[in-house]
Amino acid sequence: MNRLDVRKTYKLYIGGKFPRSESGRSYPAKSTDGEVLARVSLASRKDLRMAVEAARQAQAGWAGLTGYNRGQILYRIAEMLEDRHDTFVGQIVAAGAKPRAATDEVSAAIDALVWYAGWADKFAQVHGNLNPVAGPYFNISAPEPTGVFGIVAPDAPALLGLVARLAPVIVSGNTAVVLASEPSPMPAITFTEILATSDVPPGVVNMLTGSTEELVPWLADHGDVDGIDVMGASPQQRKRLQEGGALDIKRIVGLRGSVVDRSPQLIGAFTETKTVWHPKGR
Amino acid sequence: MQDTSKVTDTTPAKTTGATIDLPGDWRYAPSRQSSAPVTIADRYGLFINGGWQRPASGEWFPTINPSTEETLSEIAVADGADVGRAVKAARNAYEEVWGPMSGTERAKYLFRIARMIQERAREIAVLETMDGGKPIRESRDFDIPQAAAHFFYHAGWADKLEYAFPGIDPKPLGVAAQVIPWNFPFLMLAWKIAPALATGNTVVLKPAETTSLTALFFASICDEAGLPPGVVNLVTGAGETGAGLVSHPDVDKVAFTGSTAVGKRIQADLAGTSKKLTLELGGKGAHIVFDDAALDDAVEGVVNGIFFNQGHVCCAGSRLLVQETIHDRFVDKLKRRLATLRVGDPLDKNTDVGAINSRAQLDKITDLVESGVADGAEIFQPRCDLPERGFWFVPTLFTDVSQSHRIAQEEIFGPVLSILTFRDPEEAVTKANNTPYGLSAGVWTQKGSRILWMADRLDAGVVWANTFNQFDPASPFGGYKESGFGREGGRHGLLAYMDTGI
Repeated sequence: MNRLDVRKTYKLYIGGKFPRSESGRSYPAKSTDGEVLARVSLASRKDLRMAVEAARQAQAGWAGLTGYNRGQILYRIAEMLEDRHDTFVGQIVAAGAKPRAATDEVSAAIDALVWYAGWADKFAQVHGNLNPVAGPYFNISAPEPTGVFGIVAPDAPALLGLVARLAPVIVSGNTAVVLASEPSPMPAITFTEILATSDVPPGVVNMLTGSTEELVPWLADHGDVDGIDVMGASPQQRKRLQEGGALDIKRIVGLRGSVVDRSPQLIGAFTETKTVWHPKGR
Repeated sequence: MQDTSKVTDTTPAKTTGATIDLPGDWRYAPSRQSSAPVTIADRYGLFINGGWQRPASGEWFPTINPSTEETLSEIAVADGADVGRAVKAARNAYEEVWGPMSGTERAKYLFRIARMIQERAREIAVLETMDGGKPIRESRDFDIPQAAAHFFYHAGWADKLEYAFPGIDPKPLGVAAQVIPWNFPFLMLAWKIAPALATGNTVVLKPAETTSLTALFFASICDEAGLPPGVVNLVTGAGETGAGLVSHPDVDKVAFTGSTAVGKRIQADLAGTSKKLTLELGGKGAHIVFDDAALDDAVEGVVNGIFFNQGHVCCAGSRLLVQETIHDRFVDKLKRRLATLRVGDPLDKNTDVGAINSRAQLDKITDLVESGVADGAEIFQPRCDLPERGFWFVPTLFTDVSQSHRIAQEEIFGPVLSILTFRDPEEAVTKANNTPYGLSAGVWTQKGSRILWMADRLDAGVVWANTFNQFDPASPFGGYKESGFGREGGRHGLLAYMDTGI
């Protein structure tokens, strides 16, 4: 007798928990040839607001960890991702990719995490410096995380794109609300299972699946989001995110470059530079 | 910039009044800086492609001296056609001359300009004071020397950009559209133009409507320095000119310094484009004084923090947070110090507080001060004889201010200080951060660990500890939150004008 396989229910990831959409809605995730892979949650405006709230609550604590500690957590994510390498290859292949390309993509995502893990206790040395001012003052500039970022994750490559845009956001101490790729949500959801088991504090990364078109305006206009990475957004969605950003001077990142960029400048784009002066004297 | 004329506090225990009694009918003798070094033309055209051009609009507007209300000159109104010509000139210069030029050659132009500013510093300072109303002591000792320093500092970067950011092959962006405010007209021009040129961009700059004269003077410096035509272009006019400039499709970079309201409009205007944008906007800086601070130094810092340049300073320390235990003593000291501030003729070398920049700004300050009284805060203004003509506002303190008052939330951009209290460091941080702005903050305490603890938690791009209002070309300046994004000055400031690939 054949054994009936046990299917996974794909849910959202908010504040370290896996709720369904409060709206009760879902949509089918399909492979490139139209086969339904699973039904995934269709997040609502309220889900997005809960996600932003969770991200805000987690932000100070995450930023308050030492860089050494955050680096170990990012490295831990890489460890767990390596451990589930085949799961992701399977998902990416099921969505329509060639096995070799899928394997390379998962490996590249793991390596990107390792690369960023090493930056956690170094980027401030590269982005900060003592400023040689013309007077008797100690003057130092150092980067600080901006706060809560929204990320519109790229559709392709779904896993590597997600990791490449997320890692430079969280490495400095930001927290994130991610709109997962609408056509390819499954790697994103499986990735949240890794986050949940990698010592990443609840709320540091929040993942919403659903209609990007529907969620973009709510993300754009949300008053407690400090910035948005628009790399994965369509031109129309980018414009809408920029317009919403203008309501409260959000930082808009991802207008240039490519989905899989890897750069200390990208870490810097998600930070603020603080300069502190103090007189020198006896 | 720093006021070193400290009041000697001889009787701290007995003092309660707000005035210093001096024997007899004592008053300062006038010490007026002559305006003779300055020649002002009757009319100024637009500086486009290395030459002076008549505006396509055929329109001109008067620029006045805010301390006398006399018309100084007439300035061209640039319309869309003028802006288009200026952008085209900048584009050509970028492609033909400035872009291909070696960094070393660019550097030499900037060094030359720095030297010419130094050489003509007094002329520029007097012109700045006449056109804008700021005390000559400030334009002479702060604005113009700092502007020269900015060109000198950035000149040296022009051929060293590959060392500025590891792994980055630095490229210019192209044509930079720059819109600057009226509070530090010449200095803001330097903050904008020096880094843009050093990194290989060309520039179209619009000075503020009320303060165009020193920018136009700068055009003549560019000309005399032999700067290639089109590298720096100036379009004058009001907000409409600026809006046309920043939204011009052939502009690659927009840099704006001004109000948060206009900054938001510009950010919205740029939606749908990938123009690189930096914004340096408003502020409501918290100036925090702990009970263990060197109080007399703190008084000087607080006074400088809000009355420097009539409070027309985006990073002004306009909210004083004073620890509850020393509130009365500290406010007494402040009131006595206020009574010694000299308000009046900006060209007088002893003037501390000059003219308000425009009638519109005076109306705005008056409105907010009236709201403070209406909201129930207690107002203090020293006795002060103001000139009959011109725009003036008496240095003002408000006590009993609560966080919800408009004068504790809105940027006044005038010589008005709102005083609140706190009990412990946590409350000081909470109150300091309770604003949409995040430009500057000041902390006065003798305890080093507390300074660093506070500095970590204050949402501010610049934190001054046991000092205030310090600026330097090597020191990045810019805001958190709705005070804008991007930095000006220092290594960080170069990023605003470079394509780093992301």
